[in-house]
Order: sequence, then structure tokens, then C-alpha cells
Amino acid sequence: MIPVSYYLVLSGILFSMGVLGVLLRRNALVVFMSIELMLNAANLAFVAFARTFNQLDGQIFVFFVMTVAAAEVAVGLSLIVAIFRSRNTVNVDELSSLKG
Amino acid sequence: MLLSETTTSGLFFNLAPWIVFFPVIGLLLNIIIGGRLTEKGIGAIAAIASGLAFVVSALLAYSLYVTEGHGETVLVAEWIRIGTLALDWAFRVDTLSVTMMLVVSGVGTLIHIYAIGYMHEDVRFKNDVGRYRRFFVFLNLFIAAMMILVSGDNYLMLFVGWEGVGLSSFLLIGFWYDMDTLGRPSWANSNAAKKAFITNRVGDFGFLIAGFLMFWYMGSFQFDAVFAAAPEVAKAHPEIILAMTIFMLIGVAGKSAQIPLFIWLPDAMAGPTPVSALIHAATMVTAGVYLVTRSAPIYDLSYDAQYIVTTVGAATALFAALIAVGQYDIKRVLAYSTISQLGFMVAAVGMGAYVAGMFHLITHAFFKALLFLSAGSVILGLERGHHHMAHGHGGHDAHHDDHAEVFDPGDMRNMGGLRKTMPVTFWLYIIGTLALAGIIPFAGFWSKDEILLDASLHYPHVYWILTAAAFLTAFYMGRQIWMVFFGEARHEAAARAEESPALITVPLMALAALSVLGGALNLPFKGFHQLGHWLEHTLGKMELLGFDLGVAGLSTLFALAAIGVSWFIYGRNPLKVGQVDPLRKPLGFIFAGMERKFYIDEAYKFLILDRYDDLARFTADVIDWKFWHDWFHDTVIAGSFLWISRTFLTEYADQKGIDAFANGIGAFTKDVSTRLRTLQSGFVRSYALFVLVGVVAILGYLLLK
Amino acid sequence: MTPELITFVILALVAIASAAGMILSRNAIYSALYLVLNFLTVAIFYLLLNAPFIALSQVAVYAGAIMVLFLFVIMLLGAEQVPLMLKQRQTIPAVLLALALAGALGVWFAGQAGVTGVIPEPVDTFGDPRAVGVELFFQYQLPFQITAVLLLVAMIGAIILTKREKGG
Repeated sequence: MIPVSYYLVLSGILFSMGVLGVLLRRNALVVFMSIELMLNAANLAFVAFARTFNQLDGQIFVFFVMTVAAAEVAVGLSLIVAIFRSRNTVNVDELSSLKG
Repeated sequence: MLLSETTTSGLFFNLAPWIVFFPVIGLLLNIIIGGRLTEKGIGAIAAIASGLAFVVSALLAYSLYVTEGHGETVLVAEWIRIGTLALDWAFRVDTLSVTMMLVVSGVGTLIHIYAIGYMHEDVRFKNDVGRYRRFFVFLNLFIAAMMILVSGDNYLMLFVGWEGVGLSSFLLIGFWYDMDTLGRPSWANSNAAKKAFITNRVGDFGFLIAGFLMFWYMGSFQFDAVFAAAPEVAKAHPEIILAMTIFMLIGVAGKSAQIPLFIWLPDAMAGPTPVSALIHAATMVTAGVYLVTRSAPIYDLSYDAQYIVTTVGAATALFAALIAVGQYDIKRVLAYSTISQLGFMVAAVGMGAYVAGMFHLITHAFFKALLFLSAGSVILGLERGHHHMAHGHGGHDAHHDDHAEVFDPGDMRNMGGLRKTMPVTFWLYIIGTLALAGIIPFAGFWSKDEILLDASLHYPHVYWILTAAAFLTAFYMGRQIWMVFFGEARHEAAARAEESPALITVPLMALAALSVLGGALNLPFKGFHQLGHWLEHTLGKMELLGFDLGVAGLSTLFALAAIGVSWFIYGRNPLKVGQVDPLRKPLGFIFAGMERKFYIDEAYKFLILDRYDDLARFTADVIDWKFWHDWFHDTVIAGSFLWISRTFLTEYADQKGIDAFANGIGAFTKDVSTRLRTLQSGFVRSYALFVLVGVVAILGYLLLK
Repeated sequence: MTPELITFVILALVAIASAAGMILSRNAIYSALYLVLNFLTVAIFYLLLNAPFIALSQVAVYAGAIMVLFLFVIMLLGAEQVPLMLKQRQTIPAVLLALALAGALGVWFAGQAGVTGVIPEPVDTFGDPRAVGVELFFQYQLPFQITAVLLLVAMIGAIILTKREKGG
């Protein structure tokens, strides 16, 4: 049997890699995808814990997370499209009008 | 103080305060309503005030006579009560004070009457009629102050009067403060008045020191208390008694014009003649003699003090007599004569011959007042003559004195032959001269002789000095007579001189009578000695000397010889116009010294006044300006302050310190904010990075907890 | 070395590799495809963890819908050519921090090993769609409905955001 901690460690690694992606990539879409990766990693942890405690709540939660992720992607992508329409770029570095 | 109180007992002691109050009322009346009175009215008020004071003095004398010299102290008001010190304003009525009161008020009243006529002419000569009233106000002030002096019950009251007469003297000497004797603008009289006041002040300083010693060692100023405590102090601290008496002597030297403080009296002749007569001959200057007499119990305790006092008096007598020989101003001769006679008096009381001193004081008051007033009459006569002369020459010339010759009506070289034009004055003057010279049976003979006798018995050196002074006295008075009244007039004004009116000559006749008969006060024969017995009640039993033919004969001989010599030099060949004094060639530089009063004023100026100026200038220029202002204020204080404010506070503290700090904060903030602003890069990812930093931190913290 | 462990390790490596590939890939489309692979791997993990419904939902929703949407947008915007630039200032701190995060998480989770221990065998019907449905509709009815509303809102939002302004 695989100890649950293995899944958790894996989840952590994946999460960190998602963070790296957010921080390092300039393409807005890739950043978004890294966020999805992070969510995914969290989902994995949830499922692992559901299995551990023999409860389905974790899986239910994953279901909701997925739904929300979908909604979020929809809105986010439309945002990116809208920004693209005005700025003609998806390079997040160029979206720096908050520059103080 | 009321008459009603007194008549029941038959004695008038309670009237004592009126000797001061009458003159004060007189002067107040003159101040308040005098503006509306005529000159005669003003003079009348003043003279009556003085006369009433005389009446009260006489009543007090009568009361004393009745009680056989048993005096009383009349309390007017409590003055100082501090701790154990109790000083009151009390009038001490005893034979000594009443004697002085009678002299002051009596001679004073006569002079008041004289002054009515004299000042009438003088204010017209000087062209300031409005000042008439002021003169009589001051004169009454003087009488009041002198009365306080002689009637005081304690030394402090005496000092109040002392200062008061000093003030009156100042006011009266400087009466014509802005013009000289001829009416031209000048500060000479003010300077003379200042000189008198300041020299007096030096004397007052001595008096005060004596007073302080008295209070310290005897605990009181009251006469009886001091005299009672004196013997113990003399036993315990004889040097204190000596110091006290010597300091009092300084006061006497100031007030009674002894060496070294006599310099003010000749200059005081700048005042009107009645002032010279009253204050500087008869009364004020005798205050010093009175002081020593009053302090007899203290002086009797120190032989050294008495020696010093009598020697100073004798030296003054001789010195002043020498100077008098060389003077040309008629009043100045009399001034030095006064100094000389005061020297006689001081010598007398210094020897312990208090009766002789007081006797001479009284007779001197008579004949010196007579002489001064007669000299005033002579001067008035010359002024009248000058007036006639001016009018005779076509009216207005004489009043333009700028190109015309300056006429001094007091200069004896301008006089001569006045015997014919002013006979009454001439005879009055003769009487006064004989009295002063000490020719029997005039008053001066008896009083001076008593002094000489006493000196011959106890202090031989003083006797010979005084005899020499007496010789010179007769000599210079003779000189004066020959120069003024005999020979031919040396100036047209003298030729046209007129006799003075009755208002002037009548008081003089009264004084002349007193000068002749005054000797009767204290004839030195058994059964007489009236004054001596009178004063014994206050001063205690004294040795009353009889008549010594040797001394008397010698002094008369010397006096007659002196007059003879003066006739030989001045009378035989009367002086002509412009002729130099005949004594100049034989005596050479000695005469020059006499003429120039032995340069004593110049010496004082060089030694004291100029050095004082130097000191004052030094303290002002160097200490005050250079040191205090320039260095201390400007350099040290202002400089350091400016340095502190400009350099230190402004540059260092403010600019480099506070400004730098404040600016630094600003700059720092700006710097930090500039740096921090880079964080707001607008890059979302960098924001995300910081979020991650936070997350890791929290995780780490939770892990490690 | 049980077969399960080997399976796990291999799948784990694939997941990590695909994640890395997603991050490091130059082309956005490749990143998307890598991510798809990652999702599939994770779905297999779900299967291993007795969560079949979730696994298939993952494939259907995530890999099927979301990623397709991504690909659409990427191609619509022509965004594939924004490459990775490793020379930026953020790189080193980001890497370090990520490593720190990973380390922290790893340490933490590894420490949980003793707590949880070995997973017992679950019931056969664990993770069953039926069981999940029951759970979902009975216990979590409200969140379910809200999620529905959320989807509606998201849809409306997406439409509004991408609507063109009148007149261009």
C-alpha cells in the first residue's frame, strides 16, 4: 500500500511547480494554465485524504473545485480576450499600468 | 504748645516748638500769598516771623531764668522708634540752646529788616524784581533750619538742622544763580553755591561717621544718653572717643570753615550781602562751634582731641588772617576775617574754654553782621553812584557793559574818600572795626581777650598764634578803613556815592550798639561773668577766669600797633588810582600768596578735583566704555550671543543639525519611497512572488512551531 | 517494491515531467498539451485512489473542456509565440522560493506518514458514482445549487466581457 504521504508530497511538488509557472512565465495563458495545475494539485490532495479517512467529502469537494475551476477559466479567458482586444498582447509584463 | 497751657504755670517752655513754626508759617505765607503783596509786605511777613521767633526765644530765656537754669525737653512728636532706638523730635530748652536761639533770631530779625531795603535796590540793579519774594522765603527757611539745629534734643535732630542750613546756604548763595554781581549772564554764583554745598557735604560725612560710632558704642543719639555713656566708652575704648571727636571736627571744619574745608566761604560772598551777614558771619558758620560746645562732655574725655581741635582753630585763624591782608574785595576781606574769627572760636572750645568760645560767638555775631551790612551799604552807595554817573554821561551808556569798563562795586581799589559822602556808614564801620580789632571797651575786646587768656594758661603755642592772628586782624581792618573811607575817591562812582536810606542804616545802629555794649555779657570780674554762670547750668561747673592785665595789655598794644602800621602804609599816603598795593614790593612773593589766597583753591583743584575728574573719566571711558561696553558687552556678551545665534545655532545646530535632520528625514523618505516604488512595478508576477514569500514564511513558521 | 509502488513512481515522474514541460515549453500550445497529459496522469491517480467518478470528471471537464477552451483561446489570440525568458530578475528568487515551498510542504507531508499509516482497503462502492451522487445531493445540496448559479454567472460574465462595443 502506498502511504498517503507520497500522494501528498507529489501534490506539493506539483503545486510548487505551478507556482513556478505563475512566477516565471510571461504568457498570460501559460500563467493561467499554471494556476490550473495548482488547483489540480490541491484536488489530488483532497482525493488522497478522502481515501485516507474513508469519506467521500473529499471527492465532493474536488467536484466543486473542478466546477469552479471551469467557471473561472471561462471568465478568465474571456478577460484575456478582452485585454487582448485593447492591448493586443498577452504578455503580462506589458500589462503594467499599475506601476507606481 | 498752647499759650493757655503755659500761663497757668507761668513758664513758657511749651512754646518752644514755635521758634521753628513761626518761620515756617512765614515762608508758607510768602509762598502762597506773597505774589499779591508788595515788597514791603513780603519783607514784613518774613521779618515778623523771625521776630516772633525771637520773642519766643526771649520767653524761653525768661523761663529758664526763673527756674534758675533748669532746662526742659519739650516733646513734639515721636520720630524713630526701632527696637531699642528711640529718637524723638523734642526741643531741648537749656541755657546753651537758648543762647544760640536768641543770637540767631535776634540778629536774624535785624538782618531781615535790613534786607527789605537792600534787596529792593539789588533786584532793581540786577533787573529781576520778581525774585524778591524768593529771597525772603529762603531766609525764613534758614531761620527755621537753624532753630532746629540749636534746639535739637539729639544728634540726629541736630543733623537735620545741620543739613537744613546747608541747603538754605546753597539756595541763598546761588540766589542770583544765572548772573554775576553786575547782572550779566554767568554761572559763577551757581558754582559758588555748589562749592559750598559740596564742601559742606564732606564735613557732613565726618559728622555722620561720628554719629555712627556714637550709635554703635553708646546705643543712642540722645544727648543725655550719649553723655552718660561716654565715660565708660572712654575707659574701654579711648580711641573711639578720639575718632568720634575728630570726625565731628571734620564736620565742624566743613560747617565753620576751618582748615581744610574753609574754601567755600570766600566764594559764598557771591550771595547777597544780607546772606553773607546772616549765614556766613553770624549764625550758620557758628553751628560748628555750637556742636563742639554741646559735645563738651565727650571732648573733655580726650586730651588729644582737644589739642587737635584747638591747633586746627589757631592755624585757621592765622592762615585766614594772612590771606585777608592781600584781598581787594571789601566783602572778601570780611569773609577771611570771619574764617579767622571762627578759628578763634574753635580754638577756644577746643581748649575747653566753652564760655569764651560762646562769648566770642555772640560778640562776633554782632560786629561781623554790622561790618557785613555796612559793607553792603557801601556797595549800594557805589552802585547808586555808578547809576548817577551813567545817567550823568548821557543815559544809556553805562548799561552797555560790553564795551565799557566792567565796574565792580565791591572792589576797594574803586573806593576812597567815602567818609565824606557816606558818613553814617563810615561811623558804623568804625565801630565794627574797633570791635573786631579788639579795642577796649568794645565787645570784641572782652571775648577775644578771654580766649587769649585761656590759651596763655594752657596752650602757649596757641596763644602766640592767636596773638599773631589778632595783630593781623587789626592790620587788615585798618587797611580796609584807610582804603575805603579815607583819601580821595579813585573812581567816579565813589565820588558820586550816596548814603543809604534809613531802612538800611537803622538796623545797623542797633547792631552797633550791641557791638559797643556786648562786652557786658561776660565781664571777667568777680560778680559778673553773666554768660559764664548762665552756661554753667548746662555745661557744668567751669573755671571762670578773671581779668589779666598782662594779656589784655599786650593784646591791646598789638592791636593799636597794627592799626598804626596800617596807617603808616595805607593812611599816610592814601592809594591813588591804579597804584599797586604798597605791600607788594616789600613782601614780594608772600604778598602774592596772600593776594592769591596761597593758591589753596588751585591746589585743591589739582590734588582733588582734577584727580577726581581723572578718576571719573577713567571709570567712564575705560571701565565703562572700553571695558564694560566695548569689551564685555559688545565682544563678550553680544559677540558670544551673536556667535551662539549666528554661528553655533544657525550654522551648526540649525542648518547642520536640525535642518539636516529634517531634510534628511525627507530625503530618506524620498529615497526609501523611490526604492519601494520599484516594488510597485506593475508586474503582476512580482506581486505574486511576494505573495509566495508570505506563504512560505507562514508555512515555515507553522512547521517550525 | 510492490507493483503499486512502481506504478506510482512512474506515474509520478510522468506527472512531474509533464508539469515541467508545461512550464518550460516555449510554445503555449505545447504547454497546453503537456498540461493535458498531466491531467490525464492525475486522473489515473484518482483511479488508483478509488475515485472513479472524479477521475472521469477530471478527464471530461479538465482535460476535455477546459484545456480545449485554452487551446481555442491560444489559437484565437495567436499567443503561442510568447516564449519563456529565464533571464529575468525574478527567476532566482522564484526558484528558491518554490523550492522552499516544496521543501516545506514535503517535509510537512512526509511527517504525516506516521500519522496516517497504511491505507486500509475501502468498500467496493467507495467512489462509486452512485455514492458520490448521494453524498452530493443530500449533504451538499446547497453548494450544488450555488455552483449552478456560479456557472450561470460565469457564462454571463464571459459573454459580456467578450462582447464587442457597438460601433467597433
